[in-house]
Amino acid sequence: MSSVALALRPLEFFFAQYRRVWRGTAVTSVVTPVVYLLALGWGLGQFLKDVTVDGETVDYLTFVAPGLLAATAMQLATFESSWPVLSAIKWDRQYHAMLASPLRVGDILLGHQTFVAARIFMTSTVYLVVITAFGAVDSPLGILAIPVAVLVGLAFSLPIAAWAAHTENEVSFVAIFRFVILPMFLFSGTFFPISTLPRPLEVIAYATPLWHGVNLCRQLTLGDVDVWSALLNTGYLIAFIAVGLALARFTYRRRLVV
Amino acid sequence: MGEQNGQPLIQARGLVKRFGELVAVDAIDFDLQRGEAFGFLGPNGAGKTSTMRMIGCVSPVTDGTLRVFGLDPARDGVKIRGRLGVVPQADTLDMELTVRENIVIYGRYFGLPRRQLGPRADELLEFVQLTERANDRVEPLSGGMKRRLTIARSLVNDPDVMLLDEPTTGLDPQARHVVWDRLYRLKQSGVTLVLTTHYMDEAEQLCDRLVVMDKGKIVAEGSPRDLIDRYSTREVVELRFDGTRPDDLGYWTAGHVTRVESLPDRVLLYTDDGDAAAHALHERGLVPDSVLVRRSTLEDVFLHLTGRSLID
Repeated sequence: MSSVALALRPLEFFFAQYRRVWRGTAVTSVVTPVVYLLALGWGLGQFLKDVTVDGETVDYLTFVAPGLLAATAMQLATFESSWPVLSAIKWDRQYHAMLASPLRVGDILLGHQTFVAARIFMTSTVYLVVITAFGAVDSPLGILAIPVAVLVGLAFSLPIAAWAAHTENEVSFVAIFRFVILPMFLFSGTFFPISTLPRPLEVIAYATPLWHGVNLCRQLTLGDVDVWSALLNTGYLIAFIAVGLALARFTYRRRLVV
Repeated sequence: MGEQNGQPLIQARGLVKRFGELVAVDAIDFDLQRGEAFGFLGPNGAGKTSTMRMIGCVSPVTDGTLRVFGLDPARDGVKIRGRLGVVPQADTLDMELTVRENIVIYGRYFGLPRRQLGPRADELLEFVQLTERANDRVEPLSGGMKRRLTIARSLVNDPDVMLLDEPTTGLDPQARHVVWDRLYRLKQSGVTLVLTTHYMDEAEQLCDRLVVMDKGKIVAEGSPRDLIDRYSTREVVELRFDGTRPDDLGYWTAGHVTRVESLPDRVLLYTDDGDAAAHALHERGLVPDSVLVRRSTLEDVFLHLTGRSLID
């Protein structure tokens, strides 16, 4: 039995569970970014002058929309890999039910992450349709922003899942949201180019995976792709995914195989 | 190494489980044959759950050998788990899903096709008498119903062996009897049962053969009847004294009683004829506040073997 086939089995559980709550999550994962888009891109954007990206001048809505796509993927992924992972280990214990079947720890990790990726894929697709309707996508290359959003999501969800499988309580999740995710959301190029930040902060912003996701999504929706920087952005996200996967495999095993 | 005829379904030799310094299972040996109902009896912390988790291939063996269906859990966990039905000590049901969905989704973990799982789930719900709750969410179900659902779910892959870890702990007496009745039916239909319990009545009701565990070791093995015959007397007289109890019980009981156990709340006199012993005490002028004559149970066996009660 191949690993892929085994990893697909838990997926059905996560979707069955998701069917029960999808209305609520549709609000948080789709409506919230659209509200941001309306308030900032369209509302606030009326008062802002156009932004210049790589020599090209675009209106603020077109500037902020791809940034919000990447930032939404980050937030959704972080949420999906924090409480649900700890719950599946500690409170509702679904992982333990899965472990009593032929599934192995690695299959469960991959299955859960595949579900997170699928959630980001669906949300990003809906979001991309919305911003296209708003005229904020200048190029057909913009469709590639969907897989990029999935990469952004996984670059967060795997390290967070690794942490969730390590921690004993959920207090740290609130801290992660407040002190890691929120500052990244605000200062990693989503709302303004990081070149406007003081130099030290710009360096920090540049080191965040979110900036690489934002930059790549923006290049794609603007249709202004620099191949080398796109490869660097993709490579940076994949590095986070790879390291996150290794860490998560380690913490999952240590927690579940005792 | 594969499965051969006549070979035990599960075999342990010098099986050890350590957690750091703590030795949870201390070099135990046992064999389990097809069709048996086999029990691990012992108090909390005796190593029963650790043993079950090793058999269930979710906890690595520290030392010694363990073979399940002739396979090594370290190498063939996937194959072994595919043939086991596990009822864990704490329910792992999905509270948000319906009763029926719980079985179907669980069946999918075993790779069973969806079209088979519908009818299978209905059949299993019928067996555990939950048909009427099939489309309800799990969360509001009573403890006994949840346990029955867990049992139904563990049967979804038509397992060769069922592992039941404390199957009725935490249930009220009536719910326990319903669970026992279902497990008894499974046993009658030829399913091999392995269970842990610290209830002697559960062990007596369900187990053909059991091992008594204490502090990670097996201290005795046999059928419930065997163990009682070997380690206890036919009957027991329980005496309670509200005030001070006589210090020289040997004198009062001489000639009638094989053994005396003095517990904090009562004194147990082990004898083959309880009525005669009680009568003799009375004759000799010893009048406790209450006298109860009963048959020996596994509780007495455990007390004799370890000097402690099963439930503390």
